[in-house]
Amino acid sequence: MELSGAQILVQSLIDEGVEYIFGYPGGAVLHLYDALYQQEDIKHVLVRHEQGATHAADGYARSTGKPGVVLVTSGPGATNAVTGIATAYMDSIPLVVISGQVSLPVIGSDAFQEVDMIGITRPCVKHNFLVKDVTKLAETIKKAFYVATTGRPGPVVIDVPKDITAPHIKVPYEYPKKVSIRSYNPVVSGHKGQIKKAVELLLSAQKPIIYSGGGVVLGEASKELTEFTRELGYPITNTLMGLGAYPATDKQNIGMLGMHGTYEANMAMHESDVIIAIGARFDDRVTGKLDLFCPYAKIIHIDIDPASISKTVRVDIPIVGEVKLVLESMLELIKDSSTKPNKKALELWWQQIAQWQALDCLQFDRESPLIKPQYVIEQLYDVTKGNAFVTSDVGQHQMWAAQYYPFDKPRRWINSGGLGTMGFGLPAAIGVKLAHPDADVACVTGEASIQMCIQELSTALQYKTPVKIINLNNRYMGMVRQWQEFSYESRYSHSYMDTIPDFVKLAEAYGHVGVRIDKPEEVRPALESAFNMKDRTVFLDIMTDRTENVYPMIEAGKGHHDMKLRVALGSTTDRELA
Amino acid sequence: MRHIISILIENESGALSRVAGLFSARGYNIESLTVAATEDPSLSRMTLVTRGSEEIIEQITKQLNKLIDVVRLIDLAESFHIERELMMVKIKATGDVRDEIRSMADIFRGKIIDVTPTTYIVEMTGPSEKLDAFVAAIDSESIIEVVRSGPTGISRGEKGLHL
Repeated sequence: MELSGAQILVQSLIDEGVEYIFGYPGGAVLHLYDALYQQEDIKHVLVRHEQGATHAADGYARSTGKPGVVLVTSGPGATNAVTGIATAYMDSIPLVVISGQVSLPVIGSDAFQEVDMIGITRPCVKHNFLVKDVTKLAETIKKAFYVATTGRPGPVVIDVPKDITAPHIKVPYEYPKKVSIRSYNPVVSGHKGQIKKAVELLLSAQKPIIYSGGGVVLGEASKELTEFTRELGYPITNTLMGLGAYPATDKQNIGMLGMHGTYEANMAMHESDVIIAIGARFDDRVTGKLDLFCPYAKIIHIDIDPASISKTVRVDIPIVGEVKLVLESMLELIKDSSTKPNKKALELWWQQIAQWQALDCLQFDRESPLIKPQYVIEQLYDVTKGNAFVTSDVGQHQMWAAQYYPFDKPRRWINSGGLGTMGFGLPAAIGVKLAHPDADVACVTGEASIQMCIQELSTALQYKTPVKIINLNNRYMGMVRQWQEFSYESRYSHSYMDTIPDFVKLAEAYGHVGVRIDKPEEVRPALESAFNMKDRTVFLDIMTDRTENVYPMIEAGKGHHDMKLRVALGSTTDRELA
Repeated sequence: MRHIISILIENESGALSRVAGLFSARGYNIESLTVAATEDPSLSRMTLVTRGSEEIIEQITKQLNKLIDVVRLIDLAESFHIERELMMVKIKATGDVRDEIRSMADIFRGKIIDVTPTTYIVEMTGPSEKLDAFVAAIDSESIIEVVRSGPTGISRGEKGLHL
């Protein structure tokens, strides 16, 4: 079969099993768009800004485990996609981003809409390819999907010059069934000796804790993690990226750890004698000050990426491999071992944890006449029966969603953890909804974040993706304001907006339903009615308490044992703010 | 501590910038870097000299290995190895100084590869310290320019860095 470059690209995506492409046309990709027009296998989702395309593809990928595919034109189309590519890179999300490029002979001449996409994206992709030969195009696409989805996943960019896709140049096409790259061989199963040593250490622990991260979600190892944790009877804490990998409502789960983690999770980390980190990368938002991190613990670390091991925290027993396989091997050894977890020590340890839990670190003022954001999230959980896919933007609302919506399943909590990209939530929710048309999808956001990709409301209408936008509107960039309150003597420098749009009218202008909510008692009915409108995107603009802060909190330079708690400070509701 | 990392990398455009970009993005320092194609034209060999604590060197080698284009690498400093650097020095050479420079070049086993009535170019290979010593031994006023390749290295014995 002889095809043009444009047809090869489209046919390769079809042969790869791609369902959706999120994109935006332009000069350099016109041949490609013409080829897309002439087929029906792949559905193209036209976004309103290329950043939205990458986030939507990212949401699709996070919620399904399949790679997200993006198509953008050269120059500004490509640079607009960069924030989304970096977002996916930081959270190890498999994306294949196809960017148009000016024709090969004019590359380097500052041609119209030319930008060095390979150079610009190099630091924020797992790998990138510039296609210089149309006969290598199919193989390059196969390689891109292979690299993006294996090992530690990540985004891959394919930069395709316009002349490569020219309709009059036809070459034989065959999509490779398999591809191998001699310089790329991700390790899969862990080292047997290390696994044995890890199991021995785990079983000798007096105050153990399991610290699991996004790698468990990405590695589809929830089932193994759950079995492993239950077999041991040890407490488990999840990172922001790992929420849902172990059921949040299970009694062994002591909540999220880190900067806004629970008191009990952070205290348990601090006091622990053996920590097993599973698919987690000791991010600075998790560890707090490194010198004070887990002073009494021996650390086991399972990760697919050798470079994640001992990057910031020296570990005692590293195991490089897929978490799923390593956990299976460990579980087998644990079951066969004559040594069993130390029951007596474990009992004392759980007693200690119960004391920390008794502090009720997530309490908030339930009597307030103002709408408490935490209350909104609790109600969202209740109304959706804990089954929704929840995307978020970045800031206070993100932390409240993480704290007050217990996820029992993986891939339900979709947020930009590593890069912290405002504007992520809405396009991501569209990607999630396309992948799961029958599921409830909520985008928890704030009035600042939502405005960063608000244009995608238009996409939501065109592709009939009825997501529910839960806008916790506190008329501040809440997290910035909170830091300014704590660390800058409440000098609220540019963290509020004088001219917030009327979101109800805005939602209506985009063809959706907008509802403003001012009183606590309106929250529940509004949520119920929003989720009952199965075929409408609903924008709930919820006026929350402006002064509310996220607690608990580990401030910069502090250790896990040194948390700022609401109880110690009293209620924040009656303080006057600028 | 000083480390010499020898890298086999795909001979593709942009491969060098991936290595250089990694070092600048992660704040590692590069003391020197040499690169050329090998007997297998699909591969380049790179020799990179860097300094850092054991932890940093461990991260550097892990991060380099993570680059898709990197096929294989070794830290030469971990085993017996030989390293050589090429230098060319252009020196003002008039009157009595001409003989002096010639004998100095002989002592260091350098070669004079270009002669004009007023200058010599001395070519010299050796470990970097030897080249440093030669430069120090010549009156700095008379040095017009110094060009150095940066060290390249190879491990001793039967072990080698290949596919």
